[in-house]
Amino acid sequence: RDFNERCAQCSEVNWGLTDGGRFYCRSCHNVTERTREVVNTDFISNTRIQTISKGLRKQEKTDGGCEWYVCEGFQLVLKRQAEALETLGVCPQMKDEILCNFWRRYLQKTKQAYCNRSAEETVKTFSVCDSSTDVDSEPERPSLLHLLSLSESEGDLQTDCSFASSISKVSESTSVCSGSVDGSLYLMKNRKEKLRMTMPMTLSFCYMALLWLREPMTLSDLLRFVVEGHIPYLNVFQHFPEKMKLYGLDLKIFCVESWPVYEEVYNKMLELAAFLDLPRFPDITDSCFLHPDMLCMKYLMEVNLPDELHNWTCRVVKKICIGEADFLTLVPGNKSTRNVKYDVLAAAVIVVVLKLLFLLDDHYEWLLSDFAEERNKNNKEGAPYFEFRKWYKVIKRSLDVKQKKLDEERAKYLWRCEKPLFYSAKKKSKVLKRRQMVVNLQNQFGKLSGSVQPAEKPNPSSFQLSWSEENTDGSCFHGHSLKGILQEKCGLLTAMNPDYWLCTVKLCNEKLCGHLAHYREVDFPQSYHFVLRLFSFLLRIQPSYIHDEVCVIEHKLFNKKLCKKPKYNTGLRK
Amino acid sequence: SPHEYKLNFKKSKEVCLSYIQDAMLQKQWKRAAEFLTFYIESLEKDFSTEYMGPSEMIWRIGTEILCHHSNSSMKEFNSFIEQMKTLGVKRYLKVCLEHAFHLLCNGLIDEAYQNLSLAESWRFGEQTAIQNKEMKLIQAYRGLLDYYSWCKQKNILLEHGQDGFEDLSVEQEMHSCFRKAAVNLKEIIKIPGVWDLFVKCYVDLLEFYGDHNEARQVLNEYAYNSKFPANPNAHVYLYQFLKRHGESKKSLISALKILHDIAPSHELMIDFNIMLQKSKKRKKRQLGLEVIFAALDYAGWKENVKAWSCLARQVKQIVISEKHLDWIKQEWNSRKDWWPAFHFSRYLAKRNWQENESLSYEKALVAGILLGKDCKYFKYVSHQGCKAQVKRFRILKKFVNKHNPVYLRISG
Repeated sequence: RDFNERCAQCSEVNWGLTDGGRFYCRSCHNVTERTREVVNTDFISNTRIQTISKGLRKQEKTDGGCEWYVCEGFQLVLKRQAEALETLGVCPQMKDEILCNFWRRYLQKTKQAYCNRSAEETVKTFSVCDSSTDVDSEPERPSLLHLLSLSESEGDLQTDCSFASSISKVSESTSVCSGSVDGSLYLMKNRKEKLRMTMPMTLSFCYMALLWLREPMTLSDLLRFVVEGHIPYLNVFQHFPEKMKLYGLDLKIFCVESWPVYEEVYNKMLELAAFLDLPRFPDITDSCFLHPDMLCMKYLMEVNLPDELHNWTCRVVKKICIGEADFLTLVPGNKSTRNVKYDVLAAAVIVVVLKLLFLLDDHYEWLLSDFAEERNKNNKEGAPYFEFRKWYKVIKRSLDVKQKKLDEERAKYLWRCEKPLFYSAKKKSKVLKRRQMVVNLQNQFGKLSGSVQPAEKPNPSSFQLSWSEENTDGSCFHGHSLKGILQEKCGLLTAMNPDYWLCTVKLCNEKLCGHLAHYREVDFPQSYHFVLRLFSFLLRIQPSYIHDEVCVIEHKLFNKKLCKKPKYNTGLRK
Repeated sequence: SPHEYKLNFKKSKEVCLSYIQDAMLQKQWKRAAEFLTFYIESLEKDFSTEYMGPSEMIWRIGTEILCHHSNSSMKEFNSFIEQMKTLGVKRYLKVCLEHAFHLLCNGLIDEAYQNLSLAESWRFGEQTAIQNKEMKLIQAYRGLLDYYSWCKQKNILLEHGQDGFEDLSVEQEMHSCFRKAAVNLKEIIKIPGVWDLFVKCYVDLLEFYGDHNEARQVLNEYAYNSKFPANPNAHVYLYQFLKRHGESKKSLISALKILHDIAPSHELMIDFNIMLQKSKKRKKRQLGLEVIFAALDYAGWKENVKAWSCLARQVKQIVISEKHLDWIKQEWNSRKDWWPAFHFSRYLAKRNWQENESLSYEKALVAGILLGKDCKYFKYVSHQGCKAQVKRFRILKKFVNKHNPVYLRISG
């Protein structure tokens, strides 16, 4: 409030702040271009900021609530997510500096456009509503049904139109339909502005911050933590302060009805980074967790493969130059380079290495395994030779168990939060009654479930599978040697396998069909499918994504051979 | 199987339902209950216009689980159903009706009656009119329970009557039950449908109170009104009524004729054949032959001694009189290709002789006439019979030998 200039219009010194942080003259409502940055990330009580919209202010809040804006809600969400990440071990910088700054920048970038228009929009809306003689402006009044259909979110919320008819005509202020001041405007906004904030986008923000800080958490890790409940996402709004009443269209904005999708979060992150005009991100070097050499090591350990395979992954990485900082580092807005999904990349490298060494054509790998088994009979000292068959049996067993558990968890996933939601005050009693019945029924059948212990949240862990060399049952393969499947040639150890088969001879045009390759289980060997399935489970993404990446790597690896002879079958000699 | 890593609300509930279904099919009730608890929250999103929404699912699944789960009690079941009643007004009467059925199956007749009465008095705007069918059923079943009470009162009265007691209150009670029952039963049987039990009870009431005309009308309607689905039982009831009241053979035969047309394997076909055989009219006797042959086309009659004896008697009578052999020829024409293997194989001859001498006797007679004395069945059975020195077999052998030429005329 240290702004002491005289107002250009009325010469008074009576300034207030719009929620966008701009100064306006209280006497004549003239808005200036001067802005005041929102400094703290806490929820700002409306008593300190006066809004410019006329009718809204008159809104009576008999339920003890206050006015709040949608972006404030998202701010709270981000704050909670950052805190959760800190609990998981992410450095505090993330919350206090990085994420905070990203968000501020986002607000600036969007609010600048938003603020102007919203003032006009709001004023316009109210002039429409206030003047009863304005018949032609009828169609501009947003009907609830219309607002619902505009939202991009999928799922049942779109079909919940039953309450639409019960909402009274939007002749009073639009905030009747939502607890937030701008809920309805938010959904109605011009669709050209693609970066309207959504719940999945909060995760994009988080990931962007993690990436900036080069934290040891991949996107698949992050999303897994979300699904497991370690990071607030589903029903996070129930922790909003009491004063922030949430109902009506707010639900459409803040209610989540699906697990976050890797591709969606990732792509939005790229869009966001470009939108915010961020510079080149800090370099991903070979000492970073996200570097393929590091991630490969982690994944190799996790899938119980011999450490020696790491040499091979590093060789592949080096050969196709995907270990370079320029390749790995994110440069926002750079459309010429293909952006890197670190986790998928590392998994794909391992798959390629397995193909190089074991061929994985449902035939050779078992032959090699028999061969290694034979050699193991005479190998009593030193590390045992790695046998593919043994590894397969152990991993398959564990994978099947985990997969089954995950499938059950999907069936048992609970979406509702403790705080009952309702779209309008009229529906409140009905919703509460329904909620009571649900609780009763859950209790009744819960008792009949037998002694089932309440599902405990699993402790957050970076490793989903772990193997210990102390196990005497020989189920840990980390220390096993690859000598069983290698041979000496010219003083170097090379793979006995001379062959290789390409997943695809030609890569698709990603822009045309959205994929680089098309994966169908039946078209490929079962061993290959098994390996894909394994990493698919670890990363919680469809096998086809990993397959795409494998295709790209193969094409880089065999680039020369592919360019030389265009007429190649899928078999290839190295 | 492809494992999905995406999930939304709708999909997760679909998956949950499939787990419930699997558990139920394997009778793992605890597991089914466990997964049901996770499904229940979909009630809060029950805005769907799907044919079968969450509330109906939960009602059906919950009922099944509570029926079979070892730890569940009737009390729990009732409390569950009461909640289900409040869930959907469109389903209210259906739930009430099924609840009543469940109570009846558990022997809780009074509770069932109370439920039905309560449901009957339910009013909910236009829903009452929309759920008209369920309402009619509720009234009908209540009427049925009134009939059941009536029976009880009647039996008490009869006992007391035997003991020389008179009981005015019981009698009044009985009459009041009758009135209540009659009103509702009469209503439901007006609607085209299969109402066997209701018809029987209503007719019983009418007969008791001497209203035979009404009873006959009801049964005629039930049997002959083309709007009603074809129902063998309707004709059986009518037949039994007519028989009870000493109606003419003509009307009895016409009642059974339709039964023969729609259910040729019905057990009453024996009675029918016997009646027809005795008739003076030629056409009726021929029909009798038709009827008995038709009944024996069915596997369930293969070892029915009475049926075979009817056929044997009629065939014998025709052969002796040497008149109307063409009747036999006509019936045998469509059967000569498959009856021999179906009824008269050597294996069956052995088995019938071992298990049931009378059966083999009757069949042997028929086989002997239709297939001649050299047929496997007749040869074996008559040989065995004569060997065992059973008199009638010797007579049989003589008879068939005497009339062997008949076979030639029939089969030709």
